[in-house]
Amino acid sequence: MSRFSTPKRQGYDGVAVAVPVSIPYTRYSHESAHWWLARALGELVRCAGLTPADIDGFTVSSFSLAPDTAVGLTQHLGLTPRWLDHIPMGGASGVVALRRAARAVQAGDASIVACVSGDTNQVDSFRLMLSSFSRFAQDGSYPYGSGGPNSSFALLTDHYMRKFGATRADFGKLAVAQRANALRYPQAMMKKPLTLEQYIDARVISDPIHLFDCVMPCAGAEAFLVMREDIAADLNLPTARILSTIERHNAFADDPIQDRGGWAMDIDEFWTMAGIKPEAVDFLQTYDDYPVISMMQIEDLGFCPKGEAPAFVRANSFEIDGTLPHNTSGGQLSAGQAGAAGGFLGLVEALRQLTGTAGPTQVKDAQTGVVSGFGMINYDRGVCTAAATLARGLT
Amino acid sequence: MTTPIQKPPKKNPQIRTVVPTLPPASRSRRALAFTVAAAEGRFALQKCAMCGHIAYPPREACPKCLSMELPWTDVPTGGQLIAETTVQTSINTYFRERTPWRMGTVLLDAGVTVQCHVHGGVLRNGRVRMIARTDKSGKGVMMALPESEGENMADDKQLRELTCDPKHRRVLITDGRHMSALSLAQHLAGAGASIIFVGLAEDWRKPPKQAALEAIPQVEIVPLDITNTTSVTECAGEIGGKVDILINNCEYVRPGGIMGRRDVITAQDEMAVNYFGLMRLMQAFGPAMRGRGADGANSAVAWVNILSVYALSNLPEFGATSASQAAALSLAQCFRGEMAGSGVKVVNAFCGPLDDAWRQPLPPPKVSPEVLARDVLRCLQQGLENITIGDVAHDVRTRWIEDPRVLEKELTQIEGM
Repeated sequence: MSRFSTPKRQGYDGVAVAVPVSIPYTRYSHESAHWWLARALGELVRCAGLTPADIDGFTVSSFSLAPDTAVGLTQHLGLTPRWLDHIPMGGASGVVALRRAARAVQAGDASIVACVSGDTNQVDSFRLMLSSFSRFAQDGSYPYGSGGPNSSFALLTDHYMRKFGATRADFGKLAVAQRANALRYPQAMMKKPLTLEQYIDARVISDPIHLFDCVMPCAGAEAFLVMREDIAADLNLPTARILSTIERHNAFADDPIQDRGGWAMDIDEFWTMAGIKPEAVDFLQTYDDYPVISMMQIEDLGFCPKGEAPAFVRANSFEIDGTLPHNTSGGQLSAGQAGAAGGFLGLVEALRQLTGTAGPTQVKDAQTGVVSGFGMINYDRGVCTAAATLARGLT
Repeated sequence: MTTPIQKPPKKNPQIRTVVPTLPPASRSRRALAFTVAAAEGRFALQKCAMCGHIAYPPREACPKCLSMELPWTDVPTGGQLIAETTVQTSINTYFRERTPWRMGTVLLDAGVTVQCHVHGGVLRNGRVRMIARTDKSGKGVMMALPESEGENMADDKQLRELTCDPKHRRVLITDGRHMSALSLAQHLAGAGASIIFVGLAEDWRKPPKQAALEAIPQVEIVPLDITNTTSVTECAGEIGGKVDILINNCEYVRPGGIMGRRDVITAQDEMAVNYFGLMRLMQAFGPAMRGRGADGANSAVAWVNILSVYALSNLPEFGATSASQAAALSLAQCFRGEMAGSGVKVVNAFCGPLDDAWRQPLPPPKVSPEVLARDVLRCLQQGLENITIGDVAHDVRTRWIEDPRVLEKELTQIEGM
């Protein structure tokens, strides 16, 4: 922690978040990441009633865009932004893009920021991505069985189960509820009902990780707009507003193995800034590439004390009409993981909820929600964490 | 206790030989220092010279104080397994063929957490002893072993991927006339080698201790003269497809350097054995071994060059022989490059002066055949790639690592005054 005090942070007055866009996922795609990102940007512009020239801020998150970055995409897609960011933070990309774009809009550096994420999934691209994911992974984890994220999260899950007494049935309850939600989300990849028995009996992938603990890599894109409130009003767009955000990287580096994330460092500020308590939240969208991480977020975001997520899960229900609606579009476990778009999935769904456009997955009277992101197993743990509290907009 | 591996059945010639696939081979340049230590069996991590923090995975700067001084340092090997998994599904073809594969997270006593392969005998949450070895890609990896030695421990399938254990394997010792031949054969037989081919040049001449050699049931004498291309080719044609470990103990040693000799005839003989002989062996036996790096429990696994330690830096009293040994060492590096990716380790065993007639003027300590055989066997069982045999070799190689230029001055300076 820094020895210098942190000044009270400014709110996000005057900033509106709008136009949640999800491009339907496919298991594999022969198209490039550029194609998927272009579709998402086009959808944003059309839905908002804008032209590309109106977009003066742009953020991009993608794993499969190489050799390009956000820079190459501006020329490729004909944008001339005065504010540009490339956000390579995987599962934390959505919230990070949101909070950066919001400050740019608030400061007048940009008026309308398109936040876009997406990836393609060619038949061998997942293997290629894993084998060159990071230097630490290349040197320190990939040579040991090359299980990829399955074995990384198997280790975290194994440790979490030993330390806090979580059972597979606890994880299963989250996964089963998400599948129920996914059955109501038209674009979800997983359309077969899932029972707890099926979850428990599934084949082992890398113990204690079994089949339904894993996401399915796929191709897809997610996007939203951040803009001045007055512009949103002019465009007559339904909006959400930001109550609070946090972001932290490489927290608790001395923990021998990860059983808490960076949220825990900033949680007091998070709720103080939001001006509400966790009990007041109408829904929660966690980053769920494996259920153990949702448990960790439930604890570190303050929904229950550390180590008590298993009890919290047993005491609550997580369907759209449950006591705490959670990952209401099915999360990545049931909607699919479209690379970096997985880091936008929960946020885009939250925006649908708060703009009243969620349709079949709409949580009744949703006024506030929490979205959280977790990204980048650089070596043995997720390095990037972020979270945001959002509320129904003024327009 | 580990389940002992069974003697592999006779190979079915109608079934395709499994081609070697490899575990991930790419590493950062910084991480290659770990591989270098692992090839010698040392467990070394980066330790900050300023604050003492041990950093892992390999870094350019200390994550505690940003010092750039992170020398690789041998660290305590104890630790505890704090999380584990058995991979059933891998995207890498090598592991895919070998699942289930146990790996885990170990909190080292040195204070840092590492991911590693885990031996089947390690208990859940158990104490472990770490080793560093090179894997089939030739890159350094860590493995957690049970803290104390268990029965048949070396037979663990994951550990055996890192070692060159002679158990159930077939070995060729190239020179049955060399003073090390009998000891090597005895040690290999004791370690469970299934066949020990012993090469013999001019086989009408009886080798010393022939009776003792032939008394070892696994020994098969084969005609082999490494100075003769036809002989080497014929020998490889006969047995090349079933040599899993090749130990080249042929050598030609004579005192003298340049001006003490009046011609190059002796030097040609030295090169004929130490350099061209080695190259003939590599050309004849290398290709078959390279293709058999994943051929089951008795896959081809190691090529051992027994070299004089003065291959590293010339000893003028044996200057011309040293030069031919240096040529052999350079050739061994070329061979390593060509064998990379085969799963066969090319081992350099740097030996100090043997206690034989040609090296009679050299002072002790000298290397006995027993010690040579013991160290070569241990090297194979542990899966090392670079070893020294004897105190002189250890001393010379240590000084060479410290500063080869200072060593050169030491070996070439005038005695006395």
